[in-house]
Amino acid sequence: MFMTKTVLKNLVTRYATRLYPFHKKEPFSRVKGELKIVMEKCILCGVCQMRCPSQCIVVSKQEKTWQVDPFACVYCGICVDACPVKCLFQEGLYRAPLAEKDMVLHVQEAKPEAAPPTT
Amino acid sequence: MKDYTLVITDDNTGVIQPDRIISQTRSLKDEGFRFVTMSSTDLGESICVIYHLDKDLELVNLKVEAPKGKKIPSISSVYSSAFLVENEIKEHFGVDFDGLPLDFQGMLYLDEEVQRTPFCKIGINRV
Amino acid sequence: MARTVLPFGPQHPVLPEPMHLTLAVEDEIVREAIPKLGYVHRGLEKLAEIRDHTQMIQIVERVCGICSTLHALCYCQGIEALMNVEVPPRARFLRVVWAEMHRIHSHLLWLGLFADAFGFESLFMQFWRIRERIMDLQEATSGNRVIVSVNLVGGVKRDIEPDTERWILDTLKIVEKEVLQLKSTIMDDFTVKRRTVGKGVLTQERAYELGAAGPTLRASGIAQDMRQTGYAAYGELDFTPVIETDGDCYARTVCRFNEIFQAIDLIRQAFAKLPQGELAVKPKGLPNGEVVSRVEQPRGEVLYYLKGTGKKFLDRLRIRTPTFANIPPLLEMLPGCDLADVPVLILTIDPCISCTER
Repeated sequence: MFMTKTVLKNLVTRYATRLYPFHKKEPFSRVKGELKIVMEKCILCGVCQMRCPSQCIVVSKQEKTWQVDPFACVYCGICVDACPVKCLFQEGLYRAPLAEKDMVLHVQEAKPEAAPPTT
Repeated sequence: MKDYTLVITDDNTGVIQPDRIISQTRSLKDEGFRFVTMSSTDLGESICVIYHLDKDLELVNLKVEAPKGKKIPSISSVYSSAFLVENEIKEHFGVDFDGLPLDFQGMLYLDEEVQRTPFCKIGINRV
Repeated sequence: MARTVLPFGPQHPVLPEPMHLTLAVEDEIVREAIPKLGYVHRGLEKLAEIRDHTQMIQIVERVCGICSTLHALCYCQGIEALMNVEVPPRARFLRVVWAEMHRIHSHLLWLGLFADAFGFESLFMQFWRIRERIMDLQEATSGNRVIVSVNLVGGVKRDIEPDTERWILDTLKIVEKEVLQLKSTIMDDFTVKRRTVGKGVLTQERAYELGAAGPTLRASGIAQDMRQTGYAAYGELDFTPVIETDGDCYARTVCRFNEIFQAIDLIRQAFAKLPQGELAVKPKGLPNGEVVSRVEQPRGEVLYYLKGTGKKFLDRLRIRTPTFANIPPLLEMLPGCDLADVPVLILTIDPCISCTER
């Protein structure tokens, strides 16, 4: 008899789980998700590469590239805190799963040469 | 309030000879001390084994220094739970313990094909 | 009947992680048990030689997912003691909040797994549904669901704002109500009692002598809890350890169940006393010297031994986790029990094998 209340309650309430692919959870505001970069702001100083505990970032000053291995990244956010120009940020969502490994490579566009000072 | 962190200095931790460790731990056990664990570090020529014991959350440490590859008496006869950590130190640092009741022959964590002790700065051959 | 040797594990339906036991049985009564570890040994302690002491925080958090923030807390307190860093009061209280949230989620996880071990699958799902609320709190406050990476040497990384605080307290009220609803199921149910009462008794003297830690020790009637030392802000909160006296599987379950309510109470106390102020101080210098740091994890007391030589890299990092201390008591409990009770007995020490082997 004592179960009747529970049975009736379960009949009218919604699922305890989310119907995942159709209904996704809104990410919380400060979630440490996928690592992104605003390449225009980057000064290629390499602090993120030095601080990263999983050593997943490679910065090359000569080739003007910033590369991250998303499969080695542990989403700790240390690089985001360490960046001196705040060009790194983390999105609220995690990366979707992939069938193959891949690297994320960003190349900085060559800045237009500053006009020579006129005398 | 008791200490949750204890900085080990020469004042609160004495170095004792390897052959005195059993009598020392036995007298501490009679005082009501509980065996917490053992730690070990590589000092270059020798290995330092630290015994951590506590009573009412008050920690007492005993240091034993032994040259690499030399035997230290096992305290498993005093605290039977020590056999697991002694096996671990034997495996990682090559310190041989005399009188282990259950000897994993250096295969508690590692495999047979590991030839040298992995946690020493310069590994010595495993027996 | 002659003695038969049975392998138990490393793959077994009740074990979340691989661990092997060689059981010698006579007529389904266990006479002897010998453990074999090493299936998830990663050698994380050795990494201290190639990662500097601030990067090690992220590594020790990954020793164990379930008690990640407490591993980092213990490590940070050790480094702070070596570098003479005074942590700001707000950071100390926030550390308590995250540590106790971790304890609630770990105990709910364990209660679910334990229900699963004696074949009560719907109870397992009930506990894990409640746990999901705590996971949401952790994700919203720290950014990650499991690896709550908030500790720094000298303080914490993130703050909890007043409206988040209100939301946490409201959620805890719901959690408390929902866990209380399951109290009669786990404590008064006939079947559950038959599987737990009087099984795997660990007497007070043997528990102390074998160096048991955490709820395994406290369920045998010894009130020893590292939180009594008052690390972080526990010294300013009202705290007495939860103890049980029977020392059997049932007592260990009740002990962990009651610790959930204690943890909720500690979070409320911490929020009530939360002072204003800065979150972290910048540490100066490099760690030099040897230190032993201890913290109470959901599973028991964890011990860190750190040795710095005034360089960026630590000379030695040693971690003794609670499950490592609880294996000898487990080997003491097993002889004399039924073969069918072995999974239940193993689960009552709350084994975390990746912690044990590091």
